[in-house]
Amino acid sequence: MDFSFSEEQTLLRNTIQSFIQDNYDFDKRREIIQSEEGMSKDNWKQLAELGLLGVPFSENDGGLEFSSVETMIVAEEFGKGLVVEPYIQTVVTCGGFLRRASEAQRQEHLPRLISGDEIWAFAYAEPQGRFNLADIKVSASKSGDDYTLNGDKCVVSAAPWAQKLIVSARTSGDQSDKEGISLFIVDKANDGVSTRDYKTVDGSMASEVSFENVKLNSSSLIGEEGNAHALIELVADETIAALCAEAIGAMSVLNETTVEYCKTRKQFGQPIGKFQVLQHRMVDMFMQYEQSVSMTYMVNLKLEEEDIERSKAASGAKVQICNAAKFIGQSAVQLHGGMGMTDELNVGHYFKRLSMIETQLGNADHHLKKYSLAS
Amino acid sequence: MDLDFNQNDIDFKNEVRDFIKVSYTQEMKDELSRSKNGSASKELHVKWQKSLYEKGWIAPNWPVEHGGPGFTTTQKYIFETEMAHAGAPRTVPFGLSMVAPVLMEFGTEEQKKKYLPDILATNVWWCQGYSEPGSGSDLASLQCKAEDKGDHYLVNGTKIWTTLAQHADMIFCLVRTSKTEKPQEGISFLLIDMKSPGIDVRPLITLDQSPAPYQEVNQVFFEDVKVPKENLVGEENKGWTYAKYLLEFERGNSYSPSLYRGINKLKDIAKDTSIGNGKYLINDMDFVNKLNQCEIEVQALEFVELRIFSALSAGQRVGPESSILKCRGTELQQKIQELSVEAIGYWSSPTVYDSFANINEPSIGPEYAMTITPSYLNGRKTTIYAGSNEIQRNIISKAVLGL
Repeated sequence: MDFSFSEEQTLLRNTIQSFIQDNYDFDKRREIIQSEEGMSKDNWKQLAELGLLGVPFSENDGGLEFSSVETMIVAEEFGKGLVVEPYIQTVVTCGGFLRRASEAQRQEHLPRLISGDEIWAFAYAEPQGRFNLADIKVSASKSGDDYTLNGDKCVVSAAPWAQKLIVSARTSGDQSDKEGISLFIVDKANDGVSTRDYKTVDGSMASEVSFENVKLNSSSLIGEEGNAHALIELVADETIAALCAEAIGAMSVLNETTVEYCKTRKQFGQPIGKFQVLQHRMVDMFMQYEQSVSMTYMVNLKLEEEDIERSKAASGAKVQICNAAKFIGQSAVQLHGGMGMTDELNVGHYFKRLSMIETQLGNADHHLKKYSLAS
Repeated sequence: MDLDFNQNDIDFKNEVRDFIKVSYTQEMKDELSRSKNGSASKELHVKWQKSLYEKGWIAPNWPVEHGGPGFTTTQKYIFETEMAHAGAPRTVPFGLSMVAPVLMEFGTEEQKKKYLPDILATNVWWCQGYSEPGSGSDLASLQCKAEDKGDHYLVNGTKIWTTLAQHADMIFCLVRTSKTEKPQEGISFLLIDMKSPGIDVRPLITLDQSPAPYQEVNQVFFEDVKVPKENLVGEENKGWTYAKYLLEFERGNSYSPSLYRGINKLKDIAKDTSIGNGKYLINDMDFVNKLNQCEIEVQALEFVELRIFSALSAGQRVGPESSILKCRGTELQQKIQELSVEAIGYWSSPTVYDSFANINEPSIGPEYAMTITPSYLNGRKTTIYAGSNEIQRNIISKAVLGL
């Protein structure tokens, strides 16, 4: 057993840290998220040049063939920098599907993903389904070798920037059956695809996506028809592992910032960090953070395990991260007092991102239930 | 001891409902339902308060001699409950329930005559100048100074977190009039005309991102502002006493009526939120248990409030027990906001940039979801303002438990 990082992994971390230092201070980030584009294409290109968009892909596919630990390092550092460019959406989630796709699909799509020429988004959520990945009304009906896609997906993260979507759709069965779900690659420029784009609370962007008689041929289908549920669960768990890493990055900044603030902010003739009630709160924040780091390592090391073990690991980690995100986010604002309420301080921006991570791919309640059902 | 309403109470309840039906117009409801920070336009607040004024109900807590309605405890309870249930705008507190009680207790006859009628009629909008960048929880360390220049004071300094100062005609301010060993002993309570030369109001944008001019808080700068001597309330250097007196009114409201409103809205959301498999959030016992735990805690607070307020007559203050109400009221409000964000799931994520300004743009997701995340974010202020909840617990331990 060994929890240390290799030299290469430390080097990777340093590379990302200097990328963020150079390109992503708080003011630059503000400019990016307030721009109409909402992200920086230059940054995306730079991430590609650093090889980061190829982290999880095999060398054959043009990637670096790194493990989940490297993905964890990237996501954690991006969490510290509050990076809005859609790394997890494109590389971890859509990349997770694509690296298990057919040879032909990998050859067709991965080069443009890894080179930064295409951004990808996963359209899975539907208004009626909440966090249930199998509750799908979007339908893909087959005639001959072709499919016709109809229905609506909601709050599709990164979709405004994406050229390609991966869409979960029902090819057979009832609305919440686990069987009968298929995955399709959809070009956003296809006839019948329409979006309503908007910014999100955490400085990112998302879309409402509608499909109206969108024609797809069989080369768009990932894996077997009707059999995608297990793959969706797997990739969702990998995404959760990366979101946990992003969250601990954000938590670490909030904890450091808060301790620093309480050392310097003086009231009643002394630093407020001298007050025991605040000390204990910061100690609890610190303990929550340490447990979150540990659960993040745990899930990232268990992604290769059998479905049930992996799923429990992901749900367990997400429960811990959701609870800690709430506690640390809220406490950081509280301990910064009125300043914590302002848009000009970074604290609120980290708090917002952590609040959104709580919901993404299921909140604490959802994953606690899932964990219990699997136990 | 009983909880029953008599026929007069029932008649009164119907009268309140009828009033709301007529005065709280659909237009007002639409505007307020889109507000991210609970405030609406100045026009809406003034219009609403003037209708309450004409009915004689604008100041339920004022003594009759100053224009209060003389409600019984039961009537006051009915009034607040009905108003909250309908989601009617809250009256802006700075004039009616903050500076007014101070003037009644410590002001001169002239000051009472000059200011109280306009507060009652909402002819003048007040704001509160307490906190400063260096003086939050430690309010007594405040530095904004007023120098004695014979017939006037010369005020220099700054006040922060000044709620809705962009609308205000007057500000009541704590200022330093002398440097003493105990900082509390050199503070005075001044009334300042916001149109005085040398005052600058700058918006502070908060987490809910309500843009100016719909911002909730501001920083107010004073540069050589001349304030007539007659605007001093009570004695010079005794302002701390009046400030604390005011704070007990600021903290000593009843919270439970609006908390029940929050719970009811949350139940409606849970009934409307599909969770897949043809089920709704209201069928999810994990969520429902959390919601009901909240409701029980609100009821516990409600009965604390009823016990406290029924022991008071109009114009009386709550005392240090007001800190209990402030702690529980704000923490429960935050809990309800937190559960509301949880309830709407993915709809918590779309941003609404404008507040009630963009009334004609269709919402992303259900309309009720639009303001929930901004309200949750903005709601974090409640355990910070009016003396942080850490300070409130210090007050309870000192002044109530004698520790």
